[in-house]
Amino acid sequence: MSEVKQHLNRREFFSYLSVAWITFSAACAGLLTLAFRFSYPNVNFEPEMEFLAGTPSDYEEGVDERWKNGFGVWMVKQEGKLVALSNICTHLGCIPTWMPAELKFKCPCHGSGYYMNGINFEGPAPRPLERYKIGMTPEGKIKVDKTKIYRYEKGQWDHPNSFIQV
Amino acid sequence: MKELINWLADPIRSFPIFTVLFILMMKYYRVVGTKKFAWGFTIISIPVVLWFATDPNFWLIITWPDNIPISILIVAILFFTWFSLYRCAVNDQRLDDGLCPEEALPENREKVWCWPNLVYTELFAIIAGTIFLIVWAIIFKAPLEEPANPTWAPNPAKAPWYFLGLQEMLVYFDPWMAGVVLPGLVVVGLIAIPYIDTNPKGNGYFTYKERPIAIWGFMFGWLVLWIYLIIVGTFLRGPNWTFYGPFEYWDFHKVVSEYNVNLSEFLWVKWLNTSMPSNLIMREMLGIVLTGLYMFVLPPLIAASNFGKSIIEKTGQIRYYIYITLLLVMMSLPIKMVLRWLFSLKYIIALPEWELNL
Repeated sequence: MSEVKQHLNRREFFSYLSVAWITFSAACAGLLTLAFRFSYPNVNFEPEMEFLAGTPSDYEEGVDERWKNGFGVWMVKQEGKLVALSNICTHLGCIPTWMPAELKFKCPCHGSGYYMNGINFEGPAPRPLERYKIGMTPEGKIKVDKTKIYRYEKGQWDHPNSFIQV
Repeated sequence: MKELINWLADPIRSFPIFTVLFILMMKYYRVVGTKKFAWGFTIISIPVVLWFATDPNFWLIITWPDNIPISILIVAILFFTWFSLYRCAVNDQRLDDGLCPEEALPENREKVWCWPNLVYTELFAIIAGTIFLIVWAIIFKAPLEEPANPTWAPNPAKAPWYFLGLQEMLVYFDPWMAGVVLPGLVVVGLIAIPYIDTNPKGNGYFTYKERPIAIWGFMFGWLVLWIYLIIVGTFLRGPNWTFYGPFEYWDFHKVVSEYNVNLSEFLWVKWLNTSMPSNLIMREMLGIVLTGLYMFVLPPLIAASNFGKSIIEKTGQIRYYIYITLLLVMMSLPIKMVLRWLFSLKYIIALPEWELNL
């Protein structure tokens, strides 16, 4: 007959074990959450995804660069249509330059070239520049929404939201 | 004369010239690999380089801080290429005479202790390297530029010098091909060399005539497809990634008439004079068939040739097919470059709808 007093019986052991595991898992989850949160910036310096771009009468025929540095958008007015053209090269995502004398966009990274309407014609770019959603607010202002893109090769440039008639 | 060199330096002409020079160098390695040749080459090249340097545009390019390492690299590459050919030529001559390679001579087989011999050398190498880098950093200031801006890119936007070969490759390919698949295969292929190539000849001594296939395959990829592209990307690419000759002023508005066409447009619009079919696979049929032929029909065909038979005999089927696939992928780069220059061919398979272009 054993006189030794057991400190823990089986049931107590498992309840302690459960508490310990739950605490450990919670601590790990908390650390992971912190690490995950840390990977998101506190301040985002990226351009806004939506902006008001004045009225249609602000734009002359051709390429307008006033929103390029702030929002990464070229406003191109051509043949009675005003479109918001993305300034990201479709080859590897560099920022092309608008060359007014040559009437083309030219990428400094690998030499892709695009016509004024965004169609690619030289260099390695596999497809035309993308258009952003563009529309009119009830107040008569132009609103550009960069969350929605329209791609030429998918036949989306006929979509009524991809341009406005001016 | 300068006009002529500018004209010759265009990749359309300089790539074949470089390739021919490479072939001549490898073929006549016993002439190239002599001390007499090295001295002659050095004596001739010094006035030529000085004459090049008197041109203000050329001087501007080579003294740009980012480009100085590449000038050093070119000199080092020239020396080490010559040096290995020289050692090969000496050993091959000895092997022809029925002697053992130089490295197998008793005085060269003598062994020394790692400590202190090697460790001391390493210590001095570390100190010398650190001093060199500090002096370098003091003389050539790292250019500080304005804060990063997601809506603006410098012009020309150049990668670090060791990536300029890749950047030059990207001119001819879709990014996933030249940015992911080809560099990935370069790394995988280099790792795989000891498993594919189990031939013990050339282990521990220089030789050319015992390992021609291995040396040609490696040196072509290294010198012609990597070093040459770095040189082009560094010295001959200016604003808008346009080509500029070594003596040419980097004129931002240099106009290059270029209009690239996909193979499918060649087939349907130019040759068959119809409109492009709406079915994507149908539209790109020719490119898909050609790529399939190149990647899957060519290896068995080569296997039936004398060249393929000799490799299979020595290494076996699996090693042969891995080797030939890697070789064909490597050769796709010069093939695509030549097609672009000759026919303004943009993509052999162009499926931008699926983000897939070859």
